[in-house]
Amino acid sequence: MSNNSKKWFSLNLSNTKTQVHNTSCKCGKSLGKCGDHSEENQGNDKVDTEDHKDGFDQVFEVQMNRRTAFKKLTASLLIGAGAVTTSCSVISDDKSKEKAQIDWEEQFKGNYKLMTDEEKKNTVDRLVRSYQLRTGKTINMTSENAEENVLFGYAFNISKCNGYMDCVNACVEENNQDRNSQMQYIRIHEMEEGKGFKFDEADDNYYHEVPAEGHFYMGTQCFHCDNPPCVDVCPVQATWQEEDGIVVIDYDWCVGCRYCMAACPYDGRRFNWSTPEVPEDEVNKNQHYLGNRMRKKGVMEKCTFCVQRSRKGKNPACVDACPTGARIFGNLLDPNSTIRWVLENKKVFRLKEDLGTEPKFWYFMD
Amino acid sequence: MEKIKILKGLVIDSLNITTQGTKKYHLWMGFLTFIMLIGMYCYAQQIEYGLSVTGMTDRVSWGLYISNFTFLVGVAAAAVMLVMPTYVLKDIDFKQAVLIGEGLAVAALLMCLAFVIADMGGPSVLWHMIPGIGVFNFPNSMLTWDVIVLNGYLFINITIPFYILFMRYQGKVPNPKIYVPGAIISVFWAVGIHLVTAFLYQGLQARPFWNNALLGPRFLASAFAAGPALIILVLAIIRNFTAFSIEDKTIKKIAMIVTVAAQINLIMLFSEVFKEFYAPTHHSESAYYLFFGLHGKDALLPWIWTAIPLNILATILLTFGKLRNNFKVLYFCCFILFIAIWIEKGFGLIVPGFIPGPYGKIAEYTPTGIEIGVTLGIWAMGAFIFTILAKTAINIETGRLRFKK
Repeated sequence: MSNNSKKWFSLNLSNTKTQVHNTSCKCGKSLGKCGDHSEENQGNDKVDTEDHKDGFDQVFEVQMNRRTAFKKLTASLLIGAGAVTTSCSVISDDKSKEKAQIDWEEQFKGNYKLMTDEEKKNTVDRLVRSYQLRTGKTINMTSENAEENVLFGYAFNISKCNGYMDCVNACVEENNQDRNSQMQYIRIHEMEEGKGFKFDEADDNYYHEVPAEGHFYMGTQCFHCDNPPCVDVCPVQATWQEEDGIVVIDYDWCVGCRYCMAACPYDGRRFNWSTPEVPEDEVNKNQHYLGNRMRKKGVMEKCTFCVQRSRKGKNPACVDACPTGARIFGNLLDPNSTIRWVLENKKVFRLKEDLGTEPKFWYFMD
Repeated sequence: MEKIKILKGLVIDSLNITTQGTKKYHLWMGFLTFIMLIGMYCYAQQIEYGLSVTGMTDRVSWGLYISNFTFLVGVAAAAVMLVMPTYVLKDIDFKQAVLIGEGLAVAALLMCLAFVIADMGGPSVLWHMIPGIGVFNFPNSMLTWDVIVLNGYLFINITIPFYILFMRYQGKVPNPKIYVPGAIISVFWAVGIHLVTAFLYQGLQARPFWNNALLGPRFLASAFAAGPALIILVLAIIRNFTAFSIEDKTIKKIAMIVTVAAQINLIMLFSEVFKEFYAPTHHSESAYYLFFGLHGKDALLPWIWTAIPLNILATILLTFGKLRNNFKVLYFCCFILFIAIWIEKGFGLIVPGFIPGPYGKIAEYTPTGIEIGVTLGIWAMGAFIFTILAKTAINIETGRLRFKK
């Protein structure tokens, strides 16, 4: 990172003079955009060089060679303590003892961002088992990391959107959002034609037939900024940008101060004001730790570009649900992707560019 | 060993002294305990059902708690206004008032911390913020700066008075070489806590109402008006109810500080209002909402139009020396100034930051009963702590509490 004096990674997609650093992504000739990709990798190196320490390990672990020893020590300590808490109760059966131990270990686990792959797997296993013990149902939760040479981006065709809100419904179902408070990551703003983008006069909560005459529609959600203000302000690094550009939250590490919410200029974040409730038969059981797994009360959440889908090569639920094709999602580093075609051939713009947040969410018109 | 014995004596003696008193004193403490219990009940509700029992929503995500937190940081910072003349400028006048001021700072800081914790969605995982065990996002997050400066300030304001009282308790004279450096640090530190708290808001490009270079300085000016105003009121009460003698000269000097700070505060308010309304931009909408309401939504109008006239009236009255030196007028002015700044720096600052929302949506905020209950409970806790601290300090200072060998 030393030769990169910039505080954030810039996409710089319109800069045709960027040097090609290497050809690892095989698109050296395409307007030099891959230069940005290697810049991205440099940024990622920083994350890699940070020690992956978890929970109390972050205190105990100083040297790498002592690492495993201490890890085992910590683990046995935790298990021992968990055992003590449950063994006091004579009447509880094995299951509730196991549940208590899982709860204990979950309470004192570290920040997901700093976990090793093994620790990630362990916490996912614990969460799956805990869900099984509580409901008797088995969920499928993963902890896939970002793939290399992937940087996700999103484009929204204002001409095509008719305000059907299928994206909103698909999002709520896919991401197990609280049904009680009707939490929605996506807002569709209904605007009057001939007035331009007048967000303050727009209606983002309409209940009438669409498309309403003389109106056009524009969707907003988390824009996964390349220079996200929400990440800087978090006092505990419970939210960060992954290597594929997705801004994620560790729901278990969040302390619920809502500073990120105040810092977000795009209304992209939501808070669980009470325990989120999803009817058991509506729970989407294909989950990702950073994505749509069940949240608890008092933590932040937001759009993750459906990390549980996008890291499997699928589109986010909103993209697949859109009946008009107004939503386009893809890998910005892949020169053959639709998103790249849109960025190169359409006149695109982003919201509140003057704030320097560099959203990875573009709007365009036919 | 000797020191521990003295400390033990001090703790036992102060426990004795704080549990004994006149009927009025017991009524006062009983009343505070009652309010605290109500607050605890309300907080238990909040823990049980989540922050949904408050009036806050995704649109206005900070409310009464953070408003009070912001205001109380100012009150805590104001203790410096007494420390500086006493220890640094060697003005003996304030010596008596300064222990009271520092006690007030300690109470205010504990209230600040209580308000922040009350606002947290997950108080049980607050250990994530402890450096070493958790992940402390320093120096990126201004909130971590605030944690450091507030706790540091709390430490300074506990240790200095403790040292002085500990020496006095043994009948010794405190060594200025030990406490003066601490006092000097605390002068700078007090400015620091309030500036950092202002930067918490000032640094957010998402909220144009806060993203304003004047916010920090205005925080300081209003703090140095409201804080000493509260100290004057407290000194007046102490003078009335205890044997602790506070000279008129002291109160008049503090009144001078209040006056100058209130005047500066008013100038800055005027400058802000001018900027927002002379050439209004899209970014002035929050100010419009605060002062005039937007699209028929005007929940804050009664508040701000109470605060502004009180603020102006108090400043004008205080400006005239004749009125200021009349203690009845002075106490009245201090009271209304305190109320005015509480509204302005609390509700009038935090809530309009969220209204209109990032896309212009106007969703109003009204605190719920539970929220008000918790808030009152925390204020009662502050008063309770302050009463205990002040009672011990006064009894040591007046010589009634001494270590018996």
